[in-house]
Amino acid sequence: MPVLEVRGLSKDFGGLKAVNNFNLTLEEGEIVGLIGPNGAGKTTVFNLITGIFPVTSGEIRFLDRSILGLKPYKIAQLGIARTFQNIRLFKQCSVLDNVRTVFHPKIKYGLVDAILHTRRYHAEEERVTAMSMALLETMSLADRAEMQAMNLPYGDQRRLEIARALAGEPKVLLLDEPAAGMNPSEVGKLVELIRFIRNHFQVTILLIEHQMGVVMNVCERLEVLDFGETIAAGRPEEIRDNPKVLEAYLGKGVTVA
Amino acid sequence: MKRKYNQTLVILIGAAVVYGLLKALILTGMIGDYWQLILDEALITTIGALGLSIIYGFNGQFSLGQAAFYGMGAYTAGAITKAYGHGNWVWFAGALIAGTLAGAVVSYLIGRPILRLRSDYLGIATLGFGIIVTVLLNNADKVIPILGGAIGMTGLRHMVGFDLLFLFTVGSIFVVRNFIQSSPGRAVVSIREDEIAADAMGIDTTRYKTMAFVLGGALSGLAGALYAHRYPYLNPSSFDWLQSVNFLLIVVLGGLGSITGTVVTAIGWVFLLEGLRFVLGQQFIDFRGVIYAVLLVVVILLRPQGLFGGKEIGFLRPPSVLKPALRPGKENSHAGIGG
Repeated sequence: MPVLEVRGLSKDFGGLKAVNNFNLTLEEGEIVGLIGPNGAGKTTVFNLITGIFPVTSGEIRFLDRSILGLKPYKIAQLGIARTFQNIRLFKQCSVLDNVRTVFHPKIKYGLVDAILHTRRYHAEEERVTAMSMALLETMSLADRAEMQAMNLPYGDQRRLEIARALAGEPKVLLLDEPAAGMNPSEVGKLVELIRFIRNHFQVTILLIEHQMGVVMNVCERLEVLDFGETIAAGRPEEIRDNPKVLEAYLGKGVTVA
Repeated sequence: MKRKYNQTLVILIGAAVVYGLLKALILTGMIGDYWQLILDEALITTIGALGLSIIYGFNGQFSLGQAAFYGMGAYTAGAITKAYGHGNWVWFAGALIAGTLAGAVVSYLIGRPILRLRSDYLGIATLGFGIIVTVLLNNADKVIPILGGAIGMTGLRHMVGFDLLFLFTVGSIFVVRNFIQSSPGRAVVSIREDEIAADAMGIDTTRYKTMAFVLGGALSGLAGALYAHRYPYLNPSSFDWLQSVNFLLIVVLGGLGSITGTVVTAIGWVFLLEGLRFVLGQQFIDFRGVIYAVLLVVVILLRPQGLFGGKEIGFLRPPSVLKPALRPGKENSHAGIGG
């Protein structure tokens, strides 16, 4: 049974077809890349899957259950987490609080416990803090737990955003250009990190990425979008030499020596 | 992660010491009747401003109508005491609860439809709501004569003094701090930081925006209810949009997202306004407006993040969870990419 199944997904913005008849099946534990030139509709696909935009037509099934029309927070709670292209951390909060916030649905105390700081509050806070610190430890951020998120170096901010997404214990993780703005050595670490996350947290990963170094290294399957439509799909080495893909990226009439 | 031992006890002792000092000053006559009146007003304003601090400071929802909840609380509590209470303490307790609930219920009813609006639009909607409430209060005597309408409600009993106000202020500070340092509190703050990200991380933003709005409305309602039992007279003009702006200035000047800032600025603000009355003398009293406007401009120019800029002091600061060895020192807090 596929973890995530997208059938005939379309999205119109006025007259613009941002995504047109897009299909995708994610099997458990896969790392799949979603690539394509700028404006191809990749981020729109993420926004449709996570419920930020309403879908024009098509079907999205998560663990064999339709998630169309659910609010973003519901979809997130079901187990689809994401990061953003332009990092969206809770900037003024501490690194720890960025992660702790996401454990929110698992907290077993009410507003009264919160206001009176009852014994149950203390027990639960201790549990959640321990879980969050463990997660930060795995992501090598533990020693910065009390820094404000916005004061982290860029690479750490990206990693914190992934850590925050993982705090929701997702089945599917959507990464939107995780390597954007990173230097080659950071990119190398990122590739390892993505593999590590898949193995350690047992998540299925769908990632958008422009840096071919990441895509070719880490993805087991690629899906190429152009003008909202899938123009190619397959293993990275097949995609690399696909004339349609080259055309989408480089234009017509280009010969690759 | 070991909590500081008996933090609560230390705070209670601290509060008791402050109380003792102020009380001694009052009893020895160092704080005269007039200044006691100002002190009480400062405490009431603190509670009211804490309400807005939750809504705007911590939840990031721009509200220009906080005085409406304050007024609803004051009029509800005042009417109950005037009509039924007549100085009875049970009725008084009931009036305080009713005033708080009035603030909560009204903020829920108004919050549900308008909280979907963002920033400026929400500001306009809350401003409109505040004006509606003032108009309603001005004409309320046509329906319920006891409310007094534009002339104001008179004949209220002086039932709360410094002691009760101090208790309620400390209590309110505790409630806000405990709330903010809890899981729902973190959800509320995450919405201020980035609503889309909060939504995508599984936070029910509508629910938590409403929660913050209702909690803030309830606190301001409580402040109003206390006001109605401190001063003998309620007038709609005490709860108009200028009062809303007052709360807003306090929260912004203190620094958004800082309980310390709100409390210090609320008290400082009330004393500043009254202090200027003395410094300037009766002839120049009108210059007060100029002076505090200039002060406002200077503070915002020099410290746009507010006096406390989201920082807290003492027990309001969230407890540390790091072992000292792991705590980043100044020299390595900006180290390069780690691990």
